[in-house]
Amino acid sequence: MAGHLFLDAEPWVDWAWVSTHVPTVLGYLGQHVELTAISLAGGIVISLPLGVAAYRWTGLRLPALGLFGTFYTIPSLAFFALMVPYTGISELTALIPLTGYNVLILLRNVIVGLDEVPRDVLDAADGMGYRPFARLLRIELPLALPAMLAGLRVATVSTIGIITIASVIALGGLGELIYQGFIESFRTPLVVGMVLCVAFALVADVLLAGVRRLAMPWARSG
Amino acid sequence: MLLWFGDGAHWRGSDGIPTRLGEHLHLSVESVLIGAVIALPIGIVLGHYGRFGNLAISVSNVGRAIPSYGVLVIAFTLFGFGDGPIVLALTALAIPPMVTNSYVALTEVDPDIKEAARGMGYREFAQVLRIELPLAVPLIMAGIRTSAIQVVATATVAALIAGGGLGRYIVDGFAQFDYTKLFAGAVLVALLALATELSLSALERVLVPRGIRLLTARAARRGTAFKTA
Repeated sequence: MAGHLFLDAEPWVDWAWVSTHVPTVLGYLGQHVELTAISLAGGIVISLPLGVAAYRWTGLRLPALGLFGTFYTIPSLAFFALMVPYTGISELTALIPLTGYNVLILLRNVIVGLDEVPRDVLDAADGMGYRPFARLLRIELPLALPAMLAGLRVATVSTIGIITIASVIALGGLGELIYQGFIESFRTPLVVGMVLCVAFALVADVLLAGVRRLAMPWARSG
Repeated sequence: MLLWFGDGAHWRGSDGIPTRLGEHLHLSVESVLIGAVIALPIGIVLGHYGRFGNLAISVSNVGRAIPSYGVLVIAFTLFGFGDGPIVLALTALAIPPMVTNSYVALTEVDPDIKEAARGMGYREFAQVLRIELPLAVPLIMAGIRTSAIQVVATATVAALIAGGGLGRYIVDGFAQFDYTKLFAGAVLVALLALATELSLSALERVLVPRGIRLLTARAARRGTAFKTA
């Protein structure tokens, strides 16, 4: 496998390969979407209650942010490898670290979003007779939504990129195509994997921007 | 795993821990330094004039969407094996958070302070150097820290396409079904990343002037969330 030259003849995309490998490529894409969706869902399920708790009891912030901040600092390949003795080569090996990363980004944004709800609004809600739980659900969380959705977009795009690294230890996803392009010294799967990965990130980002518009009709201009 | 670390053979020679650590640090430091030399002036100039803000911000957003693993493999297909292509790819990945953070840091300098500086007769260059930069240090350092951690992380993946670094143990351990080696490598990489984070935080504390430290205690936490590896 000699080094290539800049101006060699190999085309970046061999369409014949692409046309015969559609099912394989779609399979990897499906896996990629699945890993993204599950790890984001897991991140939301953990970070939302934890964020609300940390907002209420500020003593919880430092330990919670510290713990997940430490996870976030651990490089993904190392984190995946740390899971292998416990979960083997399975989807769980990828999902646990990815979920941990998402929790940090979402947790920060839940706390910041809730912190930024104006004091006046809370007073008004109290004056209108809202109980604490109803106030949280109907006033504070909706007002924190912009910050939370901003976090979700960052988490989504990051996750889609990081999943490619899972293929270094054969955990699937579009990274498998990048790996194949490297191992076989064949550019087409590499380019297909890269393009689909970036396209998926962009589509997901645009969709979440759409969710933002739907969820917050009062913030259309933003 | 303790046995693995206890075995003297793992501490010597070209595949020993000190050598691999040295390679990892060498690749990372070189990439972050080159990246900083390119990124910081761009971010600082754009931030000072408050121009091209969308550009400075979207550099990070686009950088986040491009898989770092793919960037490494592309550098390899273009330029072959070796440290050169790896440093090139790592540098490209180091640039976005530094541009964005230094841009934001400079735009956030209080306009009143800038006006006061001008009133005191500061020329533009002196104003940037002596007034704006010290105020911007916390966020700029947060950007450098983010970049450095990403580079250390991506250098691990680089073991797949070429030579050295601690990622070797993970990649080889996986290929040889030697899960002890895989796990030990993962522990070493995780420790290196945490050590990078801690030492750069300490450096930040030294660099930030004391008066400003009190004002911007939370700046470090506002750094761009950027993780691609």
